[in-house]
Amino acid sequence: MIFPTTPSQTVGPFFAIGMPWDGGPLAVPEDTPGAIRISGTVHDGAGMPVPDSMIETWQCDPFGHFADLHGYGERSQLAGFRGFARFAAEDGDGRFEILTVKPGRLPGPPAGGSGITMQAPHIDVSVFARGMLHRAVTRIYFADEAEANAADPVLASVPAERRSTLLAHPVDGGYQIDIHLQGERETVFFAV
Amino acid sequence: MKSEQRQIYDPVSETPTSYVREGRVGPDPHPPMDFEAYKSTALRHPKRALVYLPQTITEITGPQLGAALVGETDNDLTIQHEGMPIGERMTVSGRVIDTEGKPLRGTLVEIWQANAAGRYLHKWDRWPAELDPNFSGAGRSLTDDEGRYTFTTIKPGPYPWGNHYNAWRPAHIHFSLLGRAFVQRLVTQMYFPGDPLFPFDPIFNSVRDPDARERMISRFSIHDTVPNWAHAYTFDIYLRGPGQTPFEEAH
Repeated sequence: MIFPTTPSQTVGPFFAIGMPWDGGPLAVPEDTPGAIRISGTVHDGAGMPVPDSMIETWQCDPFGHFADLHGYGERSQLAGFRGFARFAAEDGDGRFEILTVKPGRLPGPPAGGSGITMQAPHIDVSVFARGMLHRAVTRIYFADEAEANAADPVLASVPAERRSTLLAHPVDGGYQIDIHLQGERETVFFAV
Repeated sequence: MKSEQRQIYDPVSETPTSYVREGRVGPDPHPPMDFEAYKSTALRHPKRALVYLPQTITEITGPQLGAALVGETDNDLTIQHEGMPIGERMTVSGRVIDTEGKPLRGTLVEIWQANAAGRYLHKWDRWPAELDPNFSGAGRSLTDDEGRYTFTTIKPGPYPWGNHYNAWRPAHIHFSLLGRAFVQRLVTQMYFPGDPLFPFDPIFNSVRDPDARERMISRFSIHDTVPNWAHAYTFDIYLRGPGQTPFEEAH
């Protein structure tokens, strides 16, 4: 028996009542060696920042292991690794910033991996906002992983001229990537 | 000019036939991201085709944040302050289940809501209704082995918003579910049975399938109602199964 899912609804403008936690934007503890900050701004179709937006990220550790198992592979041994970050500000200005480590490579589809393809380091991202009736899903890849990116089966499925919208660029202390919900530089969003 | 400004949103009485037919076009229970009647969607929806993302290990895993985040009283929104909040005290409980009927154990359920007067404890809420010093409006709960969660709270009030002339949100509680996998992540709103504002709310009606809309409405339960204490509402939440593919056309 397959039950239909409960429909999605917008987070609305007041999600900051319930969504922020202490350390929410930290996918790793602050003193983690090699920790990087990934920051950027969410823009709407007019190019304006989206102040009432919320970002969540999910990823593996540098060795390709997740914080939670569900029977898939080895659990991450990195101390305090959560692999999940949520940036949700009450007085937001469209900017987000999370603290994490660069993820490792993972087997490509199908899930669990046939070993035939390898994914480049990537972070899954959910974007929520007032005016978004369900989340938009995107991925962060890293501009300085050209070789791995070239072999990534998911990136290969994205039209070549749009791939750059998924690339975070190295900056002091981490990486920078903007998310454009719409417009000339619209970010690639995925159906999952 | 005045009449233009006073255009209410009333899809049911204006376009009943097409509305119903449209609602039946497909099995996707989720609203479109571009929904004209909800004006804020205009600049906030992707216009390009979504790219199909196969479920790799990143998508079939997900955070299990439960225990560390949930305090013992976090699921009772009526005892977070010195006094009892004003309003209709109630429990909201239900199960978190996947579409195969399997309960999600130990999964985090987060809620936030307005107070009984329809006012959110948020600096951007300008609705001139009273804040309640005894009500913050946020709660967390972990599901038990049967996927069950429970909250004690007060019934939120409806409130006006600026989407169109005389726009009011039906009373609702925001629900956030992490599920067990990235693909199961869901944020939704729980509504109350028989709300007269349903036909006039573009957010509720953004879900085109009438059956799917019903799944956002809680049920009143006299059996779970605690005599001389609190009404009870039941709200089961169905997250997609791990093997399900997206409805959206992939390119």
